[in-house]
Amino acid sequence: MRKLKWPYTLTVSRRCQWIALCSCLILVFFVGCSQSPRPSNKIILWHWMTDCNDTFLKLAQQYKQETGIEVVVRLFAPSDSYSQMIIAAAQAHVLPDIYGILNTKAIVADFIKAGLVADLTDDMNANGGAWANSLFDKALADKRFEQGNIYGVKGGIYGVPIDVTNEQMLYNKKLLAKAGITSPPRTYDEFIKDAQALNRVGIAPFVSGWGELWLIDCFASNYAFNIMGDDKIFSTYYGQTKYTDPDWIKVFSVFADLRDKGVLIDGIVTKGNKYAEQDFALERAAFAFNGSWCVNVYHDMNPNLDYGVMPPPAIGRAYPLKIWGGAGSSFVVNANSPNKDKAIAFLKWLTERKQQVILARETNKLPSNKEALKEALLAGSPVLGEFSKGMNQSTHPTIWPVNEDPLVTQAFDKGIQAIIIGDKTPQQVAEDVQNLKDRQMARGN
Amino acid sequence: MNSKAKAAAIYKDNLQNFFFVLPAFVIFCIFYIYPFLNMIFLSFHEWKGIGLMHFIGLQNYKELIGDNLWWDSMVHAGYITLIALTFQNALAFALALACDRQIRMKRFYCMVFFIPPVLSEVVVGLIWNWILNPEMQAGQHIGLLNHLLFSSGLPQMVHNWLGDPKTALTTIAIVHSWKGFGWGFIMLLAGLQTIDKQLYEAAKIDGAGAWQTFINVTIPMMLPVILVVMILTILGSMQVFVLILSMVNEGLVNHTDVPVTRILSSMTGTDRFGYACAEAVIFGMILVCVSFMMKKLSDRVKQI
Repeated sequence: MRKLKWPYTLTVSRRCQWIALCSCLILVFFVGCSQSPRPSNKIILWHWMTDCNDTFLKLAQQYKQETGIEVVVRLFAPSDSYSQMIIAAAQAHVLPDIYGILNTKAIVADFIKAGLVADLTDDMNANGGAWANSLFDKALADKRFEQGNIYGVKGGIYGVPIDVTNEQMLYNKKLLAKAGITSPPRTYDEFIKDAQALNRVGIAPFVSGWGELWLIDCFASNYAFNIMGDDKIFSTYYGQTKYTDPDWIKVFSVFADLRDKGVLIDGIVTKGNKYAEQDFALERAAFAFNGSWCVNVYHDMNPNLDYGVMPPPAIGRAYPLKIWGGAGSSFVVNANSPNKDKAIAFLKWLTERKQQVILARETNKLPSNKEALKEALLAGSPVLGEFSKGMNQSTHPTIWPVNEDPLVTQAFDKGIQAIIIGDKTPQQVAEDVQNLKDRQMARGN
Repeated sequence: MNSKAKAAAIYKDNLQNFFFVLPAFVIFCIFYIYPFLNMIFLSFHEWKGIGLMHFIGLQNYKELIGDNLWWDSMVHAGYITLIALTFQNALAFALALACDRQIRMKRFYCMVFFIPPVLSEVVVGLIWNWILNPEMQAGQHIGLLNHLLFSSGLPQMVHNWLGDPKTALTTIAIVHSWKGFGWGFIMLLAGLQTIDKQLYEAAKIDGAGAWQTFINVTIPMMLPVILVVMILTILGSMQVFVLILSMVNEGLVNHTDVPVTRILSSMTGTDRFGYACAEAVIFGMILVCVSFMMKKLSDRVKQI
């Protein structure tokens, strides 16, 4: 191969090198010194709700027609990935105008303290608190911080709930009738009896997505409230009561009992909620434990499914059985957004009665607007009405005065899985969880 | 050209080359070097992913050394790797040997064997989830495997394969091997096809049987390829996790945990980003050591 003569190469390459170097510098300069975003008539919303996307797009179009402001709706699913993406976007300072934080209250508090979430208290309380009063209090509580809270966040409201939800038990009327059961069980003992009757006719009694730890946590805490009441639960989280307390052993023993009495469907501890929903919708199990969003899911999977809703059957009467519930999905406004006011105005519009009815009708979710609920229930599925009754007895970790350390919660939930597969006894799990709790307490967590 | 001009020419030449390499180098730094250094930096901190970071020195590493669940997950990954190294590669080699011969529909077999590797791990996980489903409906097994076992007169073998700690990890390892054997098959087949046929003819003339030819001709000639396949199998199997997530969700308690699922769990389940980074650093170091050992072994074999 003939080599090019040096002077020729030098002349061309030097010019090229200078052009390349200057281009790089200019590019770096423009990238580094890009203008900070200016206010515009476009607001960006990131969400994770696949089932709501079409309705959001429809409402965004309607909002543009009414106000001239364009709302760009971007869907990122599944929720786990969305959650991580929000954290990454926060670190890179590229959060959109409106977004949701799918995480613990402690993480929400960190977002607020980092100046990434706008305080909506003044907007909520304007006009005699018209906006705040139009929404369900339990839904608002999801992103409300009381004065002097343990997270060190200034008291106020930081989020807007767009729907409410709760987790209860569902029963398949046809399968219960097959086993000769005429009405759903009211007590735990009745539930066990019904499960045995179902087993006799070859029907799996109960399914839930307990491959997802949060669902186990939810079910277990229902019974913890029923067995020992709020105070003892919170005192355990504070480290004043031990997990080896007989009441906690009783909670763990519920799962051993469910296993021994053949209540749980095979493979429940590795089952994702999507599979569990499929099992119930396809009538492979008579009872399920799921959230109110399931109405939409079951309708898509099996429109003819005949089922009802009931709270998990209580074990005792010492304390009321509480279920998890509150805000289904909440949005927050980016405090650094140049379109902050427009974003708040949009969320206000989204939670007005008219828009909430549309959302509820099209997505089969319970609206967060009080006035919209009645209208939505009249037009929606009767099962949704049954779910709405459960809101009175609902609670949620986001409104508790204290939350358990996530590592302890994980060990607690995995411990229950271990009980179900016969790996450990309730006593062993209680000891393991308490040992971890002690370690975490010693570390100051 | 005098020596000064020569040096200048070399310098200019190098500078020119540097500019050609620069874009790739910048991309490599941004997407590999910077995250890697940042990960090491984060591993010395306690951080929830947002908010303030607290420098805690080697605390995460100290905790990791005493974390039995982490070392269990390493053992689980080692077990999956062992199955892949033996079962998967033996299957791949056997099929490659079969397809190296003049058999009918050779191309069809090659194509079929290469289907599992090109499928997404999520899809493979979902398919096998259905095959291994332990449930029953109206007296019938829903899962294909249990249905086949039951209908072929082996009801005692019907089992909850993914729900039993005794069988879950082995089942995952077998599915992983099923998904991965196609890569080894293609590489081994390519290696077999490069062996000079005259060597086989010479062995035949010398009176060597099929087994002797295999041991004395095929294996020595295939050793470099076998080593490459082994290295890729080890690195691929140690890092398996998508298949596990799609088959058993967050895991069968801790019986199906592998290092990557532990890292994920520390990060997303308990918001311990610093600890997750320490796990990733240790895991990365172990993988580098394994690769280095395999490279040394490969060099030694080449010398032989």
